[in-house]
Formats: sequence, structure tokens, C-alpha cells
Amino acid sequence: MIEVRNISKSFGDLQVLSDVSLDVNEGEKLAIIGRSGSGKSVLMKHIVGLLKPDSGHVYVDDQDLCCVPYERLRELRKRFGVLFQGGALFDSLSSFENIAFPLRYFSSLSESEIEARVQECLDLVNLSDVGAKNPSELSGGMRKRVALARAISMEPAYILYDEPTSGLDPETSNTINDLINHLASELKVTSVIITHDMHSVLEVADRVAFLYRQDLEWVGPVAEIHDCANPNLNSFVRASEYKIGDSSTATSLSEPSP
Amino acid sequence: MREPRDGYVARPLVVPAPRRLSHTAARSAVLDSLLAPFRALGQYAILIGRAFASVNEIRMYWKNLFIQMVRIGIDSVPIVALAAAFSGAVLTVQTAYQLETPFIPKTIIGSIVAPSIMLELGVVVAGFILAGRVGARIAAELGTMRVSEQIDALEVMGLNSVGFLILPRVLAGIVMFPVLYVVSCVVGIGTGIFTGHIGGFLSVSEFLEGARQFFQLLDPFIGFIKSVAFGFIVTSIACYKGYYTGGGAVGVGDSTTQAAVLSCVFILVADLLVAMLLL
Repeated sequence: MIEVRNISKSFGDLQVLSDVSLDVNEGEKLAIIGRSGSGKSVLMKHIVGLLKPDSGHVYVDDQDLCCVPYERLRELRKRFGVLFQGGALFDSLSSFENIAFPLRYFSSLSESEIEARVQECLDLVNLSDVGAKNPSELSGGMRKRVALARAISMEPAYILYDEPTSGLDPETSNTINDLINHLASELKVTSVIITHDMHSVLEVADRVAFLYRQDLEWVGPVAEIHDCANPNLNSFVRASEYKIGDSSTATSLSEPSP
Repeated sequence: MREPRDGYVARPLVVPAPRRLSHTAARSAVLDSLLAPFRALGQYAILIGRAFASVNEIRMYWKNLFIQMVRIGIDSVPIVALAAAFSGAVLTVQTAYQLETPFIPKTIIGSIVAPSIMLELGVVVAGFILAGRVGARIAAELGTMRVSEQIDALEVMGLNSVGFLILPRVLAGIVMFPVLYVVSCVVGIGTGIFTGHIGGFLSVSEFLEGARQFFQLLDPFIGFIKSVAFGFIVTSIACYKGYYTGGGAVGVGDSTTQAAVLSCVFILVADLLVAMLLL
């Protein structure tokens, strides 16, 4: 279980998070939503201990990431798989080598077992035949899927997705959403999805946390998102719906008149 | 001249008044800029300290160390040899020109050229070349890794990114710069001899006799010490600048430039310090 307790973070004069508290329960899929610059990615970096809060604590399985020694923090981080926004694949390595990378350093698997595990991960993300390709030879969606394969290669207990569908076409976005659902049900992992894509939220999330101007303004089940009383969240959700309605109008206009 | 559009109303250009800082804010800004170099020095010292503190994990990173030794050392041999060849040749020609008098034996040219290369020219030329070639490459590589979150990805996997990325590069620099120094000396003196002979300034035996006459073991020893120091300076500064790159492509460009410039400056400072301490 991940517990975020009263964390605040500033960069110079810029306050990014202010007294944010949040729980992520075992096995759930929590979406953290908010406008660009609302502190979603900063919150995610606190959850894996990449950033230390100015005040407050982050507990992962009852261990405070802010206070543990670096060696212990490294051990705790091995429980996480993170899908970074741009994939963060090592560009000097092939897709196969990228996925095998953590296995080579942190597992006792033999080379043939590593090969089998890498292929299994590639199959899970429906990219069985791209192992030999370098990240530069892959499309944006494929890069994200390879990065996801790398994130799950060590069988983490928690998977964090940073904007998993940003910059992708709707079909690829749906593939990624399906993958998130599939991994959560197959591997029984806890998922935290940082996004501002409401379509993705409705597809994958069990619960939603809404960040607005450094504060966590609303947390609740995804089913209640349309009925909540928070005006800022309503405005955020309406903006996404408007886009969907707008595009459907555009489609109908382009159809030939009878 | 174009006519104004219909309905166009010219508006007076409004120049925003410069933002005035309060006395406290101005004082704090000045203090910040004065303290910035010390803050950077502290950050650099902590980073390099952390890198060497992870030396017990080097067995985990030995493959990376080997790769860096090849990239920093072996791959730099051609450019260092080229620079050393021209330096040795030019030094011989100019020394011969300056000593063109019947009262000074020609062997003196060898006595000047060989120690100059071993003591100063061979190592400093190699240092400058490597500040550009190795320093810029390391800073750009780590900077790109930083802005594309690859360093974060290493950390999240549970790797010590400082130990994995910085220690092998700095160790490779310390080990391989002396090798490049030897290459630089051999090629520089070799082309000096060749140029002296081809140009008709002095024979091979005269050059070698002169070089032997005033040879001191201290000269290559000091050159060796300088090469170790320069290896550390170039790689550690480049790693520091690359590791703490901020922003996107502009940040990577800034880090690369600063790494090359700072390396050159600190090579000169270290050159003077070693000379003053050991000569």
C-alpha cells in the first residue's frame, strides 16, 4: 500500500504541491488527473522517491521513503515499475536489451531464462517481433509498449504510468488502456495512472484523484466523477466531454447530406 | 507604402515599466549569484564523492568501465596522435629557427624539444583535445539521458545512477589519459625527429643525443601526474555538468559547452599547480 501524507514541495519560489495526502490501496487502479503543471508528475516522483518532499512523508508498504537510507530506498524501488512519459528507453540498446537490462542486474536468471522472460513481456504488450529494433526505429506507441514491457519485466507490485496515452492516436491509446487493464487483472498489480486524458480515466480507473493548483481537491470512485460538487473538477471533465462532442459534430458535418 | 486597413486604430506602443526589485529581493539576488559558484563546487564535490563511495559496486559495472575505457582512451588515439604529431613537428621547426647560429650545437634542439613535449606540450595538447572530444561527449550523453528521464529510469530500477554512470567514466579517464599521454609523447617526439631530419635541421642521432643529454626522469613523471589530474578534471566536470543538466535541448547544449570550457580552464589551473608543486 502507498500512503502519501501531507507532502508539500516547492522549486524555488514555485509551490508545486501543498499538503497533499493520498492513499493507494492494494490492487486498485488510481488515476491522478489535473491540468498540465498541476503537480501530477511531481507527485509521482515523490511516490518512487525520486524527489524528497519539503515536508510530509510517503510510505510504501509501511516504510517511509523520505527517511530510509539510500540502499534501502533502492530495494524499495525494485517493487515499482514506471512507464515514463517519453518511455525513457536507453537509446543505445535494442528493445530486447532494454527489457533485459533490469533482469541482468537484479535477477539470478540465466541468459536463456532472461531471453524467455523478455519474449514473454514482449508478447504481453503485443510486440513479439520488435526485440532487435532500436528505440529510434519504433513509433511513439511502440516505444511506450516496449517501455511498459521493461517496467513489468521484474514483476513489480506497483506500476506507475506517467501520461501513458499522451501524444498517441486514439487507436493506440485504446491499446495502451487495454494493456493497463490487462496487466492489472493478470499480474494483480497496483496501478497509478497520471493523466489528463479523461477517456483513459473512464476506461481504466477504479478511483480518481484530482489535483488542482497544488492541492488534491477531490478523491473518489470514477463512477461519481460526473456527479461531484467540485466546480474545478466539473469544469475539467466538461472540457474533455466538449472535445468529444465537438469532434462528433465535425464528423457529422463532413458526411454528405441526403 | 501600405495603407492602414479599414477600422484600424493605431494604438500607442506601451512599453512595460521595468520591474523594480525591493531592496531585500535585490540583496538576495546578488547574494545568490555570489554564492552560486560555491554551491556548484559543493554539489560537484558531493556528486564525485558519491561516485567514489560506490566503488565497492564496481564489479557490477565492470562492463560499463571497459566500454568507457575504449571510448575515452582507444577511440581518442587518432586525434591525440594527430595533434601531437603537428605539435612535435612545429616545435622542432621553430626551435631550429630560433637557434640558427653556429655557436649553439644542433643537439640543443633535441634537448629542448623532447623535454618540452614530455613536460608540457604532450599532456596539455592531449588534455585540450580530450576536453573537447571526451568532455563534450560525456556531458551531451548524460545531459540527454537526464532530460529524457533515462537517469530517472535507472534509479527507479534500483540502480545507483551515480555509480553506474559517473564512476566508470571518471575511472576510465584517470586510467586512459596517461596512456594517451604516452601516445602523445611518442608521436610528438617521433615527428620532431622526422621533421628535423627531413627539414635538414639536424640528424636523427643529433636529436637523440641532445634528448639524452638533458633527460631527467622527473620530466615524464610530472607529465604522468598531470595526465592523471587532467583525466580526472575532464571526466568529472563533464559528468557533473551532464548529470545536472536542466531543460531540454538548450540545456544539453549549455552543459556541453560549459563542460568543454570549464575543463580547459581547470586544465590550465592544474597545469600551473602541478608545475609549482613539483618543479
